[in-house]
Amino acid sequence: MAERCAVIGIGQTKHDVKRTDVSMVGLVREAAERALADAELDWKDIDAVVLGKAPDMFEGVMMPELFLADALGGAGKPMLRVHTAGSVGGSTGIVAASLVQAGIHQRVLTVAFEKQSESNAMWALTIRMPFSVAVVAGAGGYFAPLIRAYIRRSGAPEDTGIRVALKDRRNALKNPYAHLQFPDISFEKIAESPMLWDPIRYLETCPSSDGACAMVLAGEKAAAGAPGPPAWVHATEMRSEPTAFAGRDQVNPRAGRDCAAALYRKAGISDPRRELDMAEVYVPFSWFEPMWMENLGFAPEGQGWKMVYEGATALDGDMPINPSGGVLSSNPIGASGLLRFAEAAMQVRGQAGEHQVEGARKALGHAYGGGSQYFSMWIVGSDRP
Amino acid sequence: MRDVAIVSFAQARSRRRDLEHNEVEILMPVVREAMEHSGIEKKDLGFVCSGSSDYLAGQSFAFVMGLDSVGAWPPMCESHVEMDGAWALYEAWVKIQTGQADSALVYGFGKSSMGDLPEVLALQLDPYVATPLWPDAVSLAALQARLCLEQGVLTEREMAEVAARDRRHALANANAQVKGEFDVEKLLAEPTWISPLRRHDCAPISDGAAAVVLAAGDLARGACERPAWIAGIDHRVEPQDLGVRDLTRSVSTELAGRNAGVGRGRVEVAELYGPFTHQEILLERALGLGDDVRVNPSGGALAANPVMAAGLIRLGEAARCIHEGSAGRAVAHATSGPCLQQNLVCVLEGR
Amino acid sequence: MSDASSEPVRSIRTPIQLDYLYSAGQASTRFLRGIAQGKLLGQRCPVDGKVYVPSRGACPTHGVPTEGVVELSDKGTVTTFCIVRIPSDNLSIDPPFIAAHILLDGADITFFHVVGQCAPEDARMGMRVQASWIPREKWTTSLMNIEYFQPIDEPDADYDAYKEHL
Repeated sequence: MAERCAVIGIGQTKHDVKRTDVSMVGLVREAAERALADAELDWKDIDAVVLGKAPDMFEGVMMPELFLADALGGAGKPMLRVHTAGSVGGSTGIVAASLVQAGIHQRVLTVAFEKQSESNAMWALTIRMPFSVAVVAGAGGYFAPLIRAYIRRSGAPEDTGIRVALKDRRNALKNPYAHLQFPDISFEKIAESPMLWDPIRYLETCPSSDGACAMVLAGEKAAAGAPGPPAWVHATEMRSEPTAFAGRDQVNPRAGRDCAAALYRKAGISDPRRELDMAEVYVPFSWFEPMWMENLGFAPEGQGWKMVYEGATALDGDMPINPSGGVLSSNPIGASGLLRFAEAAMQVRGQAGEHQVEGARKALGHAYGGGSQYFSMWIVGSDRP
Repeated sequence: MRDVAIVSFAQARSRRRDLEHNEVEILMPVVREAMEHSGIEKKDLGFVCSGSSDYLAGQSFAFVMGLDSVGAWPPMCESHVEMDGAWALYEAWVKIQTGQADSALVYGFGKSSMGDLPEVLALQLDPYVATPLWPDAVSLAALQARLCLEQGVLTEREMAEVAARDRRHALANANAQVKGEFDVEKLLAEPTWISPLRRHDCAPISDGAAAVVLAAGDLARGACERPAWIAGIDHRVEPQDLGVRDLTRSVSTELAGRNAGVGRGRVEVAELYGPFTHQEILLERALGLGDDVRVNPSGGALAANPVMAAGLIRLGEAARCIHEGSAGRAVAHATSGPCLQQNLVCVLEGR
Repeated sequence: MSDASSEPVRSIRTPIQLDYLYSAGQASTRFLRGIAQGKLLGQRCPVDGKVYVPSRGACPTHGVPTEGVVELSDKGTVTTFCIVRIPSDNLSIDPPFIAAHILLDGADITFFHVVGQCAPEDARMGMRVQASWIPREKWTTSLMNIEYFQPIDEPDADYDAYKEHL
């Protein structure tokens, strides 16, 4: 019933703490123009635009798709703006893919961005609402207690997080677009960095970045005419659960497990650890890597940290995770999810340059948001499904 | 394309300011009613999609609380647009078209009374060169109205007649907020508020919510005696800058209307989201609606304007006419952005 | 002219001020009026009987209104926590402090609050705590009537007792 959908163009900005050389308009166009160039298309070839961004209060612009409409070649076209908290980049990609899969459009441009230097994300994340206690100090303050719970449950060694951070930061050195690049990074440097929300250290934390990511998604006809190898969308899936309810497992959320299970079913995958060649997974604080390894079914419950210890998630491991450097290296919040989806697509197109996983043909892109309650995932492959 | 229909619709009574209830408390009974009337159980829902705005709620992630009204357990396939619920309905329609779902719950909600709506909407503009001047939404609409009046595109009398007609229709709508018999001469005698607009030319401020259930094929037939089938749906956006577009017509509505197939049959009822009287007239013209069309039997946005739900309500109200058998073919419209920048048109049919 | 006019404009500051009238809603109002009298009031989900505190009026898993009034003690267990060491404008207290998930006795969900009178290195999961209230004459309709939760002389809760509330 559904039309096949493929990624035929990918673009992203150089992510940085402050892109003072571009306005929000310039930022999104930088990514979009690169994606169009990659697909050898022009603005007029696009049928619809799907924009994704984190809360409006970050940059102080309400419904930015409106003021960005013509900058993104949207005049006279359908335009949507998705917002699903941190998973927004992923959801944006999924909505864009749906437009193609439904047979409505042949070429959809999807863009996600954040200009954090023009925002106060810390403020916007924890606006003091009346009648409430202001105790949660940013995202880290929310997730640190969950990480502590994971450590308790799994018995993971205390330095697991440091090892993840080291791997991701070394990977970032191979990604020309990554924001944080520390050529002299070392285990000791991470271990000695200031503790922000115990047990999360400064160098185990994602940065605040300006950045954008764009992709051109195409139907079969348009994909056939595309210059480069397409990354075929094998499956997409989303799941949400409430923020807080009696008995909720926030460490290994069911929404994530259900989402992954449904995704694998759709993609005809029965052994994800073996059948997937790599994954780009939303890890904003180092410890989320072992946690997501379990949530995604790559490791049994309580043993995700072993994958880190064994080097399984390194670029040359059997399940490379975040060869791009991940969210730990670049975090324009609204775009971070789409970057995971895009990096997975780059891998199966053989486009990832120095951080290419050799022979990658099937990859997972993953995003999550809110209180670990929103999950968006997709599987892309070199082969047409 | 799959046959998809609106099988149920529920809304909260729109109020100028609801000080007793928060958004969840307003939304919960609305969602429950829409679900109950559809007969589709939560566990069988294929998709949930909502529309809301953080800036209306004065907090980030405002949509998260909306999910509590649904009871998203076990985990559900759910998404959200930071736009009117009408666009959430569009996303849900698309999802069903992909075959990945056979039904969807769509809802929109907002308490416009919390902030100063016309000022808040100034944040929709270019943050570098427009917003810092704080052109509120009413003033922008007034600019457009003046252009229309001076170019002879419409008259103040026509605007007042729209206000009178919509609020008269609203007398029959228990959920509408501003209703009554208004005399056109008396309306015209009122002083202007933000010239050339008078108060009656402007939609009220409203707190409210709405929910709709979509279903495909046989599921729709089982859920509802007369499903309101979506015969066509399309939406288009224009550049935002007021200086680069013709404000005396709604080009994107014309385009969306053509793509949705408005002209393929006789339109009996049209529910149009025109937050200002002159805009309602422009919309009628953009859709080529003749005098025989019943426009805004619900009273439209001029009778109740719960932003983020008002567009979805137009779709629901048009569907309701089909459900009740008072129309066989209806058009519903939603708008977003300053001066009708973005527009969605949907054609509904009873068969 | 001067050099300044030939410099490209790299950024502008555009202050935004918006005022909102925020309504707590019926369920929160009940909770807040209760806490103004030193009481911690929860509500029950009619479907599974779970006790929610503070209650926002809906059971998040069933999408139905929570019911009744359940008065809870101000004693509870720290299920998990972190030590906040970085300052932020929004915080009500200065770091370092212990931000914890508190499970009140009788409640089925936790809420965030501060653990005081406890050195960060002494914080542990399962710690038994009790609310330390600010002076009665300063009470308002706010969870801030509780200044912090402090450790009490009871043995730590069994992991099994709270492991579902992490």
